[in-house]
Amino acid sequence: MNLWEKLTTSRVLGGKEGVLGLALLAAIIFIVLPLGVDIFRLNLIGKYLTYAFVAVGLVMLWGHGGVLSLGQGIFFGLGGYAMAMFLKLEASDPISTKIQSTPGIPDFMDWNQLTALPWFWEPFKSLPLTIIAVLTIPALFAYVIGYAMFKRRVGGVYFSIITQAVALILSILIVGQQGYTGGVNGITDLKTMLGWDIRTDSAKYILYYVNGLLLIGAIVLSQYIMSSKFGMLLLAMRDKEERVRFSGYDVSNFKIFVFCFAAILSAVGGAMFTLQVGFMSPSFVGIVPSIEMIIFCAVGGRASLIGAVYGTLLVNYGKTVFSETYPELWLFLMGGLFIAVVMFFPNGLAGIWNKYAEKFGWFKPKEDASGTSDVKKPEAKKFEVSASEVDSEATALTSAVTNTTQVAATTKTSSKQANVVNTPAARGA
Amino acid sequence: MSNTDFVLAVEDLTVSFDGFKAVDKLTMYIDKNELRVLVGPNGAGKTTVLDLICGKTKSTAGSIKFKNTELTKLSEHEIVRSGVGRKFQNPSIYENLSVYQNLEVSYPKGRGVFGSLTFKRTKAVEEQVRKVAADIMLTDFLDMESALLSHGQKQWLEIGMLLMQEPELLMLDEPVAGMSAKERDQTAELLNRICQNRSVIVIEHDMEFVKKIAHKVTVLHQGKILAEGSMDKVQNDEKVIEVYLGH
Repeated sequence: MNLWEKLTTSRVLGGKEGVLGLALLAAIIFIVLPLGVDIFRLNLIGKYLTYAFVAVGLVMLWGHGGVLSLGQGIFFGLGGYAMAMFLKLEASDPISTKIQSTPGIPDFMDWNQLTALPWFWEPFKSLPLTIIAVLTIPALFAYVIGYAMFKRRVGGVYFSIITQAVALILSILIVGQQGYTGGVNGITDLKTMLGWDIRTDSAKYILYYVNGLLLIGAIVLSQYIMSSKFGMLLLAMRDKEERVRFSGYDVSNFKIFVFCFAAILSAVGGAMFTLQVGFMSPSFVGIVPSIEMIIFCAVGGRASLIGAVYGTLLVNYGKTVFSETYPELWLFLMGGLFIAVVMFFPNGLAGIWNKYAEKFGWFKPKEDASGTSDVKKPEAKKFEVSASEVDSEATALTSAVTNTTQVAATTKTSSKQANVVNTPAARGA
Repeated sequence: MSNTDFVLAVEDLTVSFDGFKAVDKLTMYIDKNELRVLVGPNGAGKTTVLDLICGKTKSTAGSIKFKNTELTKLSEHEIVRSGVGRKFQNPSIYENLSVYQNLEVSYPKGRGVFGSLTFKRTKAVEEQVRKVAADIMLTDFLDMESALLSHGQKQWLEIGMLLMQEPELLMLDEPVAGMSAKERDQTAELLNRICQNRSVIVIEHDMEFVKKIAHKVTVLHQGKILAEGSMDKVQNDEKVIEVYLGH
């Protein structure tokens, strides 16, 4: 058995189709894009790809687990802030901050009359501790939320609303505690990581590649989980939760795990965001970014790990193009796009791709007589989202989108333009 | 309550919903290898009794002992793991998985989060799946997406999913609802086969079918036991004829 056969028959990589999909994505990320665009645009794409971590996590949580979290920005933010705190401390050495009344602490603390570093900033002086924090703090936080809710069997729309509320609370908390968090400006002026200047072009290239590798790693890890019995149980739970419970499984533990897993992926994305963009602010924590990330996932296909990456890239590309020309219209366009996807393409880009791939006979599954083919046939269908499922979620989502549009519209437009909310697009949402 | 030789001992079991007693001081014992049928008019509390045993509904008072272990304090998955299997009234299978996967998921190994992540399809799993598939007459359908099965086959598949766990007590809520006459006969044979080494409780309305399978029949009415005993005895009981069979 040569390497190609080994790869394509591995369940972990999703068979031949999965390997090709992954190889194509890797080629685009590592070869096509770096060759095709300049470093400014590549850095921008790198930023989008950090959102893809959240979208991949959402595919696991929402697409496969049927649990819709409207608060993934919480974890993206926690990861991003953890990394930003480390970088900020490094940028705030006593020499470069000697004009402050208390040199050696971050500038915003000095402005807010703090005279010593708060205790919870102390661990972020160390990079290993910071990396541990990036991975564990969001996981612990997700565990607490997940335990409190799933053990009490809070699910569906209620779970979505509560996660949304938590995202709002966290962003308000960050804005309010300016002395500890940098407030609404976030943590800015990040310069070096262990003495390595992250603002240079070469650093941006390296960070872009590290980010890409981590993203591919995240997809493979998710693929592994989905190919295990855990993945099968997740699908089973989405379909008949009671049956799983009365087959001897503690359903809540499975949901808590997948929620924590999605949180960790989001946090890694957040940390890579801070490194590539050079700052972190509460505008990546609250409701609006959390819902935007749902849209990336839905456009890509909520059940497709790779689709989620394309969805993220596509929506963000559209955002960049349109928001440069019509900044105020973009939000309505995105709301409309989301509604269109939910109504007409519930499986997103991946669904459209699969439909045409099937029609033209690309990636025809090889008939296999050895008896290992048991899982192959149903796999094609199992990722489809049933119409009734879409119906039941559409209500929650549409209201969420309306919410985003309104929140965004009121925060981003001046009071003069605030009546934009009453345009037909908003009423349609 | 003292320990007994019964597989299941239900004593003084009561559950009230806002004052309405759906099950009222019910006492019932199930022997090893016994197939018991619960009958009774709609609203008699048959399904509620099964819900109470498997932990779906919490009792207000009374005790349920399975092999002398109190079940009323356990959570649903703990009750299942102790050896109680429950089939729901409507076929409850994972439609987006294949028949094989439906059975495999029900295999009682890898039930924890991390166990399920490292679970391997071993020879033992494969054999158990094939054996159960033969029992439930679905060997030829293992690769099929289970949504495509007929209604009767779905009922069998759910029974098969329970058999995968080799429970000592199996509870089936209307297993032949919606089945053709031929399927009913096949199901009766299946039930007679599977109660060889386990106890089974069946809820059923079809008296012809009950005759074919029941060792003993318990008639429920308004949450209480109206009569209990062999099929002949119950059928000739005047109270039973009046409230149930007479209609």
